[in-house]
Amino acid sequence: MRKTLTGFLAGVGLMLASGQSALAQELTIFWAEWDPANYLQELVNEYEAQTGVKVTVETTPWADFQTKAFTEFNAKGSAYDMVVGDSQWIGAASEAGHYVDLTDFFNKHKLNEVMAPATVKYYSEYPANSGKYWSIPAEGDAVGWSYRKDWFEDPKEMEAFKAKYGYDLAPPKTWAEMRDIAEFFHRPDQKRYGIAIYTDNSYDGLVMGVENAIFSYGGELGDYQSYKVDGIINSEKNVKALEMYRELYGFTPPGWAKTFFVENNQAITENLAAMSMNYFAFFPALVNEASNPNAKVTGFFANPAGPGGEQFAALGGQGISVVSYSENQEEAMKFLEWFIKDETQKRWAELGGYTASAKVLESPEFQNATPYNKAFYETMFKVKDFWATPEYAELLIQMNQRIYPFVTAGEGTAKKALDSLAADWNATFEKYGRHK
Amino acid sequence: MATAVMTSLDTKSRAASRGMSDIRIRNLFIIPTILFLIVFNIFPLIYSLGYSFTDFRASSNAPANFVGLQNYRELLNDPFIWSNFAITAKYVIVSVTGQVIVGFGTAMLLNRDIPLKGLLTTLLLLPMMLSMAVVGLFWKLLYDPSFGIINYSLGLGSFEWLSNPDMALYAVAITDIWMWSPFVMLLSLAGLSAVPKHLYEAAAIDRAGPFYTFFRITLPLVAPILMIAIIFRTMEAFKTFDLAYILTSQPTTEVISIRLYKMAFQEWQTGRSCALAYIVLIMVLAITNIYVKYLNKVKER
Repeated sequence: MRKTLTGFLAGVGLMLASGQSALAQELTIFWAEWDPANYLQELVNEYEAQTGVKVTVETTPWADFQTKAFTEFNAKGSAYDMVVGDSQWIGAASEAGHYVDLTDFFNKHKLNEVMAPATVKYYSEYPANSGKYWSIPAEGDAVGWSYRKDWFEDPKEMEAFKAKYGYDLAPPKTWAEMRDIAEFFHRPDQKRYGIAIYTDNSYDGLVMGVENAIFSYGGELGDYQSYKVDGIINSEKNVKALEMYRELYGFTPPGWAKTFFVENNQAITENLAAMSMNYFAFFPALVNEASNPNAKVTGFFANPAGPGGEQFAALGGQGISVVSYSENQEEAMKFLEWFIKDETQKRWAELGGYTASAKVLESPEFQNATPYNKAFYETMFKVKDFWATPEYAELLIQMNQRIYPFVTAGEGTAKKALDSLAADWNATFEKYGRHK
Repeated sequence: MATAVMTSLDTKSRAASRGMSDIRIRNLFIIPTILFLIVFNIFPLIYSLGYSFTDFRASSNAPANFVGLQNYRELLNDPFIWSNFAITAKYVIVSVTGQVIVGFGTAMLLNRDIPLKGLLTTLLLLPMMLSMAVVGLFWKLLYDPSFGIINYSLGLGSFEWLSNPDMALYAVAITDIWMWSPFVMLLSLAGLSAVPKHLYEAAAIDRAGPFYTFFRITLPLVAPILMIAIIFRTMEAFKTFDLAYILTSQPTTEVISIRLYKMAFQEWQTGRSCALAYIVLIMVLAITNIYVKYLNKVKER
């Protein structure tokens, strides 16, 4: 009897002990619900196989990703050890102390050199040029373009295009060429339209779309260090860029006034448009014949250059940060050390993740892996992003309020919309005491 | 024993055999409800009133500073907020009027002996039982200019219901009318069937015309219950969020609750959004009060 009891107690003790250690060796990463999150889960399964630490990628739909993450942060909850958060959050999350300062980690591993410079600048560093880092670039992403190769390469179309515009029909090198091609393919009577662009104003869709034009036209949204916006957001270049975006809206399919990544991929799969803007993260669906009947005839190009030859694109993507309220911070740091290794980053890219590792991006192996990887590589070295200040959401809504009526309904003028926006932003920065 | 005096329970009942009195049973039902209301309604209501006078942001660790009436002042001076209110008012008027006309009309049609009346009524009630989000997604497809069935069946070509800034709000209202007319119909039907038949017989004997009968007999007798339907629908329409949010993102359809949502959960301006919520609450209360006054007047007649 005594023996049984001892055995039982020992069993319980062992169970408790192993339970304890299992608890310590579990990590949760929070991300939005999309394919890259599934790829990440596959990647971290390999980490578990190597180290025995179980890592779970928990996801939630995009629409409440921000809300859910910040609700957890605000409650100082320890549900998530790490979060793959949007680049704009970094100001809000670092100033409020939600993210662990990763500056030492960053410098120790020289991540400045390991990762593509633009990703370090926008996913990791806050405030701008401060040398303080809050996340490790994880999923690089930017806006690129897909197009219908079969439409572009049709000899009849090529001939007609050349006759009309005086140069060869090919993926556009400049926004002006893109406008011509959009106009050329815009045939409402045939239910074929020129171009699909972002117009959804409920979060950052429209703004991202317009940013592509602004940045390539050589414009900026403002000075991210001094918070100066006058003469920058409403510069001559930006006015021209916004007018171009408005013009492109004229060549979109009917009802194109609340469109984001879903609709823009549909424009290609449903034979609606010749060219379509979208994040690279959504391109895997376009080369997959199960989700795109036109997969074989879909091509890709990087965001074209503006009239001055400058070429940039709006940044998407996220960095991975350690949550301050996590009880497993040490374990999380160990995970990050593994995550930044070259071979992990290579594996990440193989699984379908968009690595930000410069070495992997530069490798011919990566660039030839898919039809869009080359365009992605070219783009990731010339991306720019929206404001990352804690009040970014207010800035975003103000920008939506000012430019949406102009882009979709032609209300007022580009100059007027951007002048009003400059005033709104100034007032907001004034309110938060950003002007020193 | 006091309980023995107060209780009117059947002495053989199980509750009585356990020594439960009326008061005890009453408390058993009421206290949890009151506690629930206090914890989940009244406490947050008062707490958020406090926040509405601060610059509190739930997304930051910065302490909330008292700013007096600044939030209210700035909100009421914001032309965008005013346009949100104007849009909401327009939406409420269009949508509730539409629902009353369609709902009451259908009730009049159904208020007679027709075959399969029960089945018909049940089928007509279906839209009301769907989820708002599902209705929104369905109607988005129906309105689609390229392949939507509405344009196809009405021969409208590629008319842009949701992308046309002038049309979008009406498109949302039409969806709302489709969804909630059955509710007005149901209440009206209850009111109509309660109208004593002998009044109509008397009117027929007096050779009253159909219009006279309608305006002098039917409408006055159904009015109180119709008013209740209108109160509910007005309050609901005032708070509309899902339909408008899902169907379109036109600035011309940004009703006040969408603005409130953005302010609270995208911008995290907690203090200011509390103030806006209070402004909305006061407006809804005021409108409801006017209705209730009118309802009492109608009942007195």
